[in-house]
Amino acid sequence: MSSAPPLGRRRLLAASATAGLTTSPAGADTLANVPAREPGAPLSARSERSRFVELGRVPEAAPGIRPVDPVDAINSKTPFDRLVGSITPTDLHYERSHAGVPDLDPAKHRLLVHGLAARSLVLTMDDIRAMPSVSRVAFLECTGNGWENWKAADPTLTVQNTHGLVSTHEWTGVPLRFVIDLVGGVPSATWMLAEGADGAAVARSIPLTEEIMAEGILAYAQNGEPLRPAHGFPLRLFLPGLEGNLSIKWLRRLKFGDQPFMTRWETARYTQLQADGRARQFQLRQEVNSVITAPSGMMRVRPGPVRISGLAWSGHGRIVQVEVSTDGGASWQAARLTAPALPKAQVRFEMDWVWAGAPTGIVSRATDEMRNVQPDRAAFIARTGTNALFHYSAQQTWRISAEGDVRNALS
Amino acid sequence: MRSPRALAVGVLAAGMMSHQPHAQSFGRTPSASEIAGWDIDVRPDGAGLPAGGGTVAQGRAVYDENCAACHGPEGRDGIRDRLAGGQGTLASGQPIKTVGSYWPYATTLFDYIRRAMPYQAPASLSADETYAVSAYILYLNGILPAEGGLDRASLPRVRMPNRDGFLPEREFTAGWTAAR
Ligand code: HEC
Repeated sequence: MSSAPPLGRRRLLAASATAGLTTSPAGADTLANVPAREPGAPLSARSERSRFVELGRVPEAAPGIRPVDPVDAINSKTPFDRLVGSITPTDLHYERSHAGVPDLDPAKHRLLVHGLAARSLVLTMDDIRAMPSVSRVAFLECTGNGWENWKAADPTLTVQNTHGLVSTHEWTGVPLRFVIDLVGGVPSATWMLAEGADGAAVARSIPLTEEIMAEGILAYAQNGEPLRPAHGFPLRLFLPGLEGNLSIKWLRRLKFGDQPFMTRWETARYTQLQADGRARQFQLRQEVNSVITAPSGMMRVRPGPVRISGLAWSGHGRIVQVEVSTDGGASWQAARLTAPALPKAQVRFEMDWVWAGAPTGIVSRATDEMRNVQPDRAAFIARTGTNALFHYSAQQTWRISAEGDVRNALS
Repeated sequence: MRSPRALAVGVLAAGMMSHQPHAQSFGRTPSASEIAGWDIDVRPDGAGLPAGGGTVAQGRAVYDENCAACHGPEGRDGIRDRLAGGQGTLASGQPIKTVGSYWPYATTLFDYIRRAMPYQAPASLSADETYAVSAYILYLNGILPAEGGLDRASLPRVRMPNRDGFLPEREFTAGWTAAR
């Protein structure tokens, strides 16, 4: 596996002391420069970020078209270059919509459940919030995540640009199963149309697999608070591990049927062209994936100890292993997961490395509990071609130059 | 006499009980006309299509007035998605996906326009206008002749050029593909 022996703690400390000396002379730092204590600002109704912390998403119009005026944006990406841990802050969860963000009054919102069911129902938000709830920490990922790198790697991209269309939250709501039972069961239905109350009435046909029946949630809360409008307030579907656009936001209708409805989103849009010109359809699962978030695109490293940190996730279940290569994929070392890996949730990994100053590439690869291993780019492209646009999950390489500049690269 | 603690627990339990719902108490049954108002989807077999119809010629007028500003004069060169052309490009390095080159079902066009277009005023076209503008977009793609038109019976019978261009993923569609 590893070419270099694992670094002892002693050596690591020594290395970091040396690096420290070259960068910030120890003599310059004195506790006398730390400002004196004083009474702070009044308490408040909501905790804002420190004025020293700058965090925001980047709205985008298409691959490579960014930043744009938000009215032209179709998505807005999570700033992974500045986040730690595994849970995404609520206001930084990535965003994607097809007709903007509707301003829905929960008192007037209704969910219509009908079709091939014993009976039809209209539910209010009060009805839905009074039902038994479940909470689950899981990722949501846009199928467009990674779409920047299908054909070429723009060296100016950050990890926010390449991988900012995935996020992990705790989602709370009613089990889909509970609502299906309420309408008397759907024994003859095999598909369910879910439709939003947005301007485009985005709609997807959802196959009623055992997994979807068992894990689907009609979610009304994220990270303990009501959904925010950008994420579907007051109600959305949430289907762990599957492509984000199935988790219909602003949910207003569920219709049961015995065949797919073939909406624009499952025919013209979220289908993946293969090299031969045919397209994969209902390729719904988000594959095993990972990315190094630090050091990553447009950052700079100095010779000496570098802590490599990143995120891994899989729509198949738990992440069981993440390996990191610091020689462009020639050899691999196991990284450490910094938190318990949850099924279908992002988990952070870390690995300590000493960069000697020679140009190289750093790359991560994840393995999930079903033993799916994230493919390298060459193998991935050999399988899918470069026209698929969606479902990119190849290993991400960051090239490091002799000067320490970290840049997006294909391998 | 019960201790205050036991009393508090009792009150708490009662409070929870009063919120403890039972199945019958959720929601209400919608009327048939309520459902009809919201039941806008159209399936490939034509289920869901409303009465009405429209011609390519009528559709050109609907298009010029409601769509051309974003999609270009003939479904090309607009500021938003291209709607025509691109046939034969899907296996090339620069595939052009349009209604004519890519979409497998004509019913999807009607469904999508009815639910989502024109962008700034969704659901503002009548059923006749939606049939007509769908016919015009198919005409721009060489799928309907200039004197053609669409209605509830003919729309599902339109055979799209890329009808067989899709590979449904077995894991999620096994039952459906077997039934076809
Ligand atoms: C204000 C601009 C605007 C107008 C006017 C407009 N559209 Fe669109 N149209 C869009 C946008 C934006 C999209 C892409 C939406 C998306 O990707 O979710 C789109 C997408 C489409 C698509 C799908 C294209 C594809 O290949 O996926 C069709 C078909 C369409 N419009 C038809 C129409 C018709 C018919 C009209 C007139 C009745 C119309 N549009 C008017 C902006 C407009």
